[in-house]
Amino acid sequence: MFVSCLDRLRALFLSILLLGSVTLPAFAGSFEDSVAKFANDEFSDTEEAVGEIAASGNPLAFPIISALQDGRLSADPETKKVFITGADDKVIDAATGTAVNKLPDGTAPVRLNNRLRRTVEAALGGLTLLSPDPAKRLAAAQSVFKSHEESALATVESALANEANKATKQAFAEARAAIILFKPDASENDKLEAIAVIKARGDQEAMALLTSLGADQPPLVAKAAAGAISSIQSNLATWSAVQNAWYGISLGSVLLLAAIGLAITFGVMGVINMAHGEMVMLGAYTTFVVQEVIRTRYPGLFDYSLLIAVPLAFLVAGGIGVLIERGIIRFLYGRPLETLLATWGLSLVLQQAVRTVFGPTNREVGNPSWMSGAFDLGQITITYNRLWILCFTLAVFAILLAMLRYTSLGLEMRAVTQNRRMAASMGIATSRVDALTFGLGSGIAGIAGVALSQIDNVSPNLGQSYIIDSFMVVVFGGVGNLWGTLVGAFTLGIANKFLEPVAGAVLGKIAILVLIILFIQKRPRGLFALKGRAVEA
Amino acid sequence: MTPHILTRSLDRAATSFILIVAAVGVLIPLSNLLLPQGSIFQVPTYLVALWGKYVCYAILALSIDLIWGYCGILSLGHGAFFALGGYAMGMYLMRQIGSRGVYGNPILPDFMVFLNWDRLPWYWYGFDNFAFAALMVLLVPGLLAFCFGWLAFRSRVTGVYLSIITQAMTYALLLGFFRNDFGFGGNNGLTDFKDILGFNVQADGTRCALFLLSCLALLVSFLICRVVVTSKLGKVLIAVRDAESRTRFLGYRVESYKLFVFTLSACMAGVAGALYVPQVGIINPSEFAPGNSIEAVIWVAVGGRGTLVGAALGAVVVNYAKTLFTSGPLAPYWLFMLGALFILVTLLLPKGIVGTFNAWWEPWKAQRASADDISAAREDGISEPNPAE
Repeated sequence: MFVSCLDRLRALFLSILLLGSVTLPAFAGSFEDSVAKFANDEFSDTEEAVGEIAASGNPLAFPIISALQDGRLSADPETKKVFITGADDKVIDAATGTAVNKLPDGTAPVRLNNRLRRTVEAALGGLTLLSPDPAKRLAAAQSVFKSHEESALATVESALANEANKATKQAFAEARAAIILFKPDASENDKLEAIAVIKARGDQEAMALLTSLGADQPPLVAKAAAGAISSIQSNLATWSAVQNAWYGISLGSVLLLAAIGLAITFGVMGVINMAHGEMVMLGAYTTFVVQEVIRTRYPGLFDYSLLIAVPLAFLVAGGIGVLIERGIIRFLYGRPLETLLATWGLSLVLQQAVRTVFGPTNREVGNPSWMSGAFDLGQITITYNRLWILCFTLAVFAILLAMLRYTSLGLEMRAVTQNRRMAASMGIATSRVDALTFGLGSGIAGIAGVALSQIDNVSPNLGQSYIIDSFMVVVFGGVGNLWGTLVGAFTLGIANKFLEPVAGAVLGKIAILVLIILFIQKRPRGLFALKGRAVEA
Repeated sequence: MTPHILTRSLDRAATSFILIVAAVGVLIPLSNLLLPQGSIFQVPTYLVALWGKYVCYAILALSIDLIWGYCGILSLGHGAFFALGGYAMGMYLMRQIGSRGVYGNPILPDFMVFLNWDRLPWYWYGFDNFAFAALMVLLVPGLLAFCFGWLAFRSRVTGVYLSIITQAMTYALLLGFFRNDFGFGGNNGLTDFKDILGFNVQADGTRCALFLLSCLALLVSFLICRVVVTSKLGKVLIAVRDAESRTRFLGYRVESYKLFVFTLSACMAGVAGALYVPQVGIINPSEFAPGNSIEAVIWVAVGGRGTLVGAALGAVVVNYAKTLFTSGPLAPYWLFMLGALFILVTLLLPKGIVGTFNAWWEPWKAQRASADDISAAREDGISEPNPAE
């Protein structure tokens, strides 16, 4: 996608070039002379030529100088003609912009030395402010904002006057404000206006700019700058809180996805499935296999790979879940501690099996195009994959909730959760419900794996890194209530991300674990415990 | 009387266990030190250290069996107490290096010099003294277990909930000890030990002495466990295991019994860790890994929970198998086997080796004894846990 974008830009660029060539004759004389200086093969002449061309305002100036920088500018010492070789091997005459079939014999690239390279870079910096590509203009304006070189003021002002693009115009205005703020002979009013513009920008760079403002300012300016700094600071603090909250929600959605299946099996069956993380891992590897098949057979379907992988992962993990329930867990009911050990053993076997089949290293799972990239919301950047995972998690949660609420299987599951013996007495086939529940929980772990494959390394250890966290979510949220899992996951995610900047990533995690251990003292059955009258419920 | 016969029959197993451990503890060092090198009866020094490691694991398994087999507390974080004991001993050994470290600093261990620390952290004070370090080996795990248990048992956190939070505990410690600024050497841990009480840790004599000491510690732990489980206290523990609420309703303070036995068990695990470290020569945060603690539980399950002898046996058998397989061409399959062991033991051999043997042996014996004996046999094996729904 990025490449195609570049292509389009290049096409635009070339069409502008052609337009430029039509208007050329107006100032042909001196410009052509300047260009011809490149053919002299003298560093001093080249330097002069760069200066003159940069100052000419000719639309060919930018392509010439950038070609010079990249070594694509060549000159014929005999005819004094200079040529630009484009990235697509098309050759144009540098002085006129007309296309040439091929480089004449005897041309040699125009040479540069280190001192010249600096000149070229500086010239390009000024020129990119006028570059036809808005993205380049924006980047140039940003760099002027940071450097606030006084020499750029005239160029910035003329660029500002001609700018149509809103974002770029804003950037030019800010760059101009930065220059004026640091210009020794600017009037006080101008400086105050400049501060207002920079304050409105309100990000880290604006603050850095204002703090680097020297102490030798008029009192009014100094006061305004101090006010702007504190306002930006509080603004930044708000945004960083928003950012932490977003990271926390994002982490919470991942935790929820990993824990939700666990909550079902634990809630309904009282079974601790230590192999739950491995179901997540199997889901991730299913995604990998689906993408491999698509890559080799149907490359056009790559963007749909996740949509294909979700049901497959559900079936694979769910099917294995039913097998586990029928083969192992069925025989261990009433012995939860033994179940824990047996499923732990199972997790070792599954991990080693995957390691044997797929190798111990990370496998690459790609992002489809609609999941890559990011967009800015105020001062924070939101990546699409995190956003999609959040939506996906909430969708899975809603579907599961609806299933528990409105289907007969859901009704039976709730009945078994609340009172297994009573449910059995009412004619519910509890063993069938158990198998289906376990399959459902494992299947959801599988689709969690599809989502996690997008943000984490797909390796045999993928599941292990989530298992303790998901247990914490379930234990914290309480058993037998999906809302508890939801609240638990988001609380832990957000708390984790707010503790991280204060205490560091590891200490933050330790603090969370300790807090959960303490919390369990107060509410041994979690936030949303099922009420009951049993002695040991 | 039933208890009398029970005690006597178990005493036979206990006595033979004690005799075997004592014999191994004396014979292996003697053969290593007295027989000439190359003799087929001479045990090489590396094997002495290896078996010393197994004996330490056996102590850890005993400590787990005491709480799991007799009180129904499944701790998935006992490796944490083991590692804490190990770290206490490791800190003593680090201080003994003195100026022989790479940086030659007489006070600071190498990793602190490397991190540019200019002084010893306060919690390292006193560890140059062996008696203090030995006290800490008991005190640190004991105190952690006491605080943790006090919080957990008082609010009646039981069953899988307790298992999960013990696992969270060891996981939190794992994360903490991985950090350099905790002052325990970060992920390299403590290593490069030179002396223990003035003797070179690498020397054959020291290794044999450590092996002997480990066997002695195993015997002492075993006797303590025997005394606890055969006393009236032990009966209450078994009652807690089988019907916690009923025991509470009968007027026993269940949480106090649990707290006592949990703390005792943690101290035993700490001693095991302390003996383990000088024999393997390193202690690092991976000992806190949740997987290690769970693996220790499976030793007990393999040997037979609630049998004490079985726990020690299980630790040695499983670890011997691990050494055998992980060093040979079968290494990639070891995890399959370990996993299968977990599954098969819980499914097919819920009483473990010793428990199954007893279940097979006792009825045969009971045919000759009075009918009363059958109930005794039941008490010895695993009674069905009460789902208590």
